[in-house]
Amino acid sequence: MKNLNSVFAAYLAAWGIFFAYYISIARRTAALREEIERLKNSLNRAK
Amino acid sequence: MKKHALASAVVFLLLGAAAYGALFVAPTEKTMGTIQRIFYLHVSSAWTGLTAFFICFLANLMYVWRRKPRWDWVAVSAAEVGLVFTTVVLVTGPIWAHPVWGIWWTWDARLTSTFVLWLLYNSYLLLRTLVDEPDRRALFSALFGIFAFIDVPLVFGSIRWWRTQHPQPVVMGGSGSGLEPTMWYVLLFSWGAMLSLMALLVRARFEFEAVRGETDLVRREAEGV
Repeated sequence: MKNLNSVFAAYLAAWGIFFAYYISIARRTAALREEIERLKNSLNRAK
Repeated sequence: MKKHALASAVVFLLLGAAAYGALFVAPTEKTMGTIQRIFYLHVSSAWTGLTAFFICFLANLMYVWRRKPRWDWVAVSAAEVGLVFTTVVLVTGPIWAHPVWGIWWTWDARLTSTFVLWLLYNSYLLLRTLVDEPDRRALFSALFGIFAFIDVPLVFGSIRWWRTQHPQPVVMGGSGSGLEPTMWYVLLFSWGAMLSLMALLVRARFEFEAVRGETDLVRREAEGV
């Protein structure tokens, strides 16, 4: 099973990239939702 | 939320099954041995990345035609996801190449055109950060996205038109190309799994873009009060 380490490295790298991207979208979306709530609250107070 | 979690779980299972197929079901290739198993990950990621760029291209055309923000959101979502898959291709390729070719990278037509593709779609995303007004941003980036797609047929044709260090095509190649049936099934299954991951990521990214649109509206309203 020569080069098995390279095969695992490739899979680990790919899954790591996909996972990191998925988490980054989730975090960015959550941050925007928080901002919307904050803006809506400040709008309601201004009215 | 439940639906989203269920979809994520299904995609995760499909990816696991694809990895199992590549590592344990597909036969060992005679010349390269175990390292060739990266093929199922590398090729399916490449095909999925090109599919995402094709979706981006269609959405850009639709935006230019219809001028609906939703098409812009689809385009940027597909572009970013396509870029992620192309990044995986550019990372897994050298890991495969080093033990086989003895080098990590060479500037042949396939590798260079793929790297240029990666740069073009990075530029597409960068361009979007430089224009504040949403309609202008959408139009400029749609036009640039249509131009960037020109590189996709070049990537596809590079190993058919020129002599490259990169292997010749196994799909739609000349005589003598092709794959052993089990290898084919594993490759197609891997591509299906990657497409499902692409759909999940594009949907999540689209949702982000929609929330951003809503945030811009509320922000403008807040500034006007």
